[in-house]
Amino acid sequence: MNWLLTQLFGRLPIGWLQLSHNKGRLFAAVSGVAFANLLVFMQLGIMGALNGSTVAPYAIIDTDIILSSQEGNTLTDSEHIARVWMLQALGVAGVADVSPLYIGNLPFTLDDGTSVSLLVFGVNTTQPGFVSPAIAPLLSKLTLENTTLLDEGTRGMPTSVIDGLKAGAPFAFEASGQTLTAVGTMNVGGGFLADGMMMVSDQTFLQFFGSRSSAAPDHIMVRVADGVSPETVAARLSDVLPALTVRVQTNEAAQAADLSFMSSERPTGIIFGFGVFMGILVGLVIVYQVLSTDVADHLREYATFKAMGYGQPFFLGIIFEEAIVLAVFGFIPGLIASMGLYAGLVAVTGLPVTMDASRAILVFLGTLTACTISGAIATRRLANADPADLF
Amino acid sequence: MSGAPIVVSGLNHFFGTGEARKQAIFDINVTVKRGSLTILMGPSGSGKTTLLTLIGALRDIQDGSVYLLDRELNGATEGELVALRRRLGFIFQAHNLHESLTATQNVRMGLEVHGKGNASLQRAASHHMLDLLGLADRRDYLPGNLSGGQKQRVAVARALVANPQIVLADEPTAALDKESGHTVVEMLKTLGQVRGTTTVMVTHDPRILELADRIIKLEDGSVVSDESN
Repeated sequence: MNWLLTQLFGRLPIGWLQLSHNKGRLFAAVSGVAFANLLVFMQLGIMGALNGSTVAPYAIIDTDIILSSQEGNTLTDSEHIARVWMLQALGVAGVADVSPLYIGNLPFTLDDGTSVSLLVFGVNTTQPGFVSPAIAPLLSKLTLENTTLLDEGTRGMPTSVIDGLKAGAPFAFEASGQTLTAVGTMNVGGGFLADGMMMVSDQTFLQFFGSRSSAAPDHIMVRVADGVSPETVAARLSDVLPALTVRVQTNEAAQAADLSFMSSERPTGIIFGFGVFMGILVGLVIVYQVLSTDVADHLREYATFKAMGYGQPFFLGIIFEEAIVLAVFGFIPGLIASMGLYAGLVAVTGLPVTMDASRAILVFLGTLTACTISGAIATRRLANADPADLF
Repeated sequence: MSGAPIVVSGLNHFFGTGEARKQAIFDINVTVKRGSLTILMGPSGSGKTTLLTLIGALRDIQDGSVYLLDRELNGATEGELVALRRRLGFIFQAHNLHESLTATQNVRMGLEVHGKGNASLQRAASHHMLDLLGLADRRDYLPGNLSGGQKQRVAVARALVANPQIVLADEPTAALDKESGHTVVEMLKTLGQVRGTTTVMVTHDPRILELADRIIKLEDGSVVSDESN
C-alpha cells in the first residue's frame, strides 16, 4: 500500500501513514463513511424501486402515444377520459389505430388468508398490438369471461400457483364476490402501488368494476402509422383535442412525466431525496470530524514541516489524500453491505431494488466529493500550525 | 553585500499590542561568518530563541534588517520565506518527529521538500545520515519505539540530510548523553569546515562551549558579550 501510494503521489504517503498509524481512528472513520454510503445506497435503492415500479406498468402495454385526463397524475394514478376522444383521434393524420386502457385496483384474499392487491389492466383482446409482444400471444385466452393473466412476481402469491399456471393448470380465486380464473402469467413484479399486476379483457374489467363505464377508460393508446414520428402525431393530436381536459404524451414523455411526478411531487420521492441528503450530511460530518481531529493532533508536525519549507499545497495534499483514502475504504464495505441489504429487501418485499453500475459510480463520485469538501473545511485548522511556536 | 550568510542590523522585535506591547529584542547587530559555529547563550527570557526564529525566517521582521543568504527578510513575501527556509536546517529542542513515519521516512522529509532525487536515492541518503549518527539498527523504527536521545539524533539527521547552508538549533544536545552530544556538535563543526555550513545554536550545555567559534551572550534582549574562540 505504501509503495503504491508513493508511486501515485510521487512522495511519502503521509496522509495514509497518519491514518493507518491510528488503527482505531481509521476503523471508526471508515465505518462512518461506510455507514453514510449505506444510508445513501438504501435511499437511492428504494427511490430507484419507486421509479422502477412507477414505469413498470408501461412494460405490459405497447403504444406510441397515450391520451390521458389532465386531472390524472401518472399511468396508474389517473382520472377517466371520454372515449369520444378516441374516435376523434382516429381522424388525425398519422394515427393508425387506437385502443382504450382501463386500470383499477382489485383487493382479494387467498384461501390461506393472504391479502393481495392487484393492479388490473383491462385491454381490448382483439387488439394484441397494444400489449407487449411477450403478452400478445396470450391475449386470446382472455376472450373467455372472467379470465386473467397473473403476474409471476405477485407478492404473497404461493409459488405453487405460479408454477401450476406455467405448467398450464388454471388457478381460480374469488374477488369482489366473483370468480376469476388465471389462465397464464406475465412477469412485471410488485411495486409500491400493489402486490402485483393482472391483465383482463375490457369486458371482464367492466364486470369486476361495476362503477366503471366503457365510455370512460383511464387512457387511450394510440398507434402511429409506419414511418410517422410519434412526436409529430402527438403535436397534431394536441391541436385537435381540448388541452384543458386531454393530455397528449408520447410513451417516453409519459414515463418521464410519471417519474418526475413521483420524485418531485409525491411525498415519497421527497422523503427519499431528503434521506439521500441526510446520508451525505452524515458522511460530511464524520469525515470532517476525523480530518479536523487529525490535523489538530499533528499541528506540531505540520509546523515542523512548515519550518522546513513545505508550502500550503503540501499540507492540502496530505488532507485530500486522507479524504480520498477514507472515501475509497469507506465506499467498498458500504457497497458490499448495501448489496446484501438490497438482496434482503427484494426477498422480503419483492420491490425491484437493484444495484446498477451507474448508481455505484454516482455514489462513489459523491463520496469522493463529500470527503474532499470535508477535507477542504478541515484544512482551515492548518493556519494554527505556526513554526515559530516550535522553539 | 558582505557575503556573510547572516547579517543582522538594528534589529528590534516586539510582542503584543497596545498597552501589552513588550519589546523582546533591542537593536541587535550581528554578522555571522560562513562555516562558523556560533552559540547563543543567556538566561531564560533573554531573547535568544526569538532571535533564532527571526534569523530562521519564522517570524516577520518588524524593525531592522536581517539578511539571510543575501536575501533581506524584512518585507519578503511568504513564498520567498518558504524558499529560503528550504536552504536551512532546523533542530528543535523537542524533536518534533512525525509519529507515523519511521526514522528513515522522517529523515527523507528533509529531502522531499526539495522535490529532487528518486525515492531509492533519498532512502540511501537517509540511511547514510542515520548510520553516521549511530542509528543504523534503528532505521525502520517509529519514533514511539526510540529513546529520547535516538529521536533527537533522527531530528538532527533530518536537519542535515539535505546539506543546508545554515543550521539553526535550539538546545540540540539537551536530550543526548555526553558522547552523542559531542558527536552531533563535532558533525556540525566538521560540516562548517568541509562544506561551509554555518551553525547558530542556542544552548546551555557547557560541554560543547569549547567547540564554538563564537559565543554571543544576550540579556534582556540585548547582546552583552560577543567573544570569538
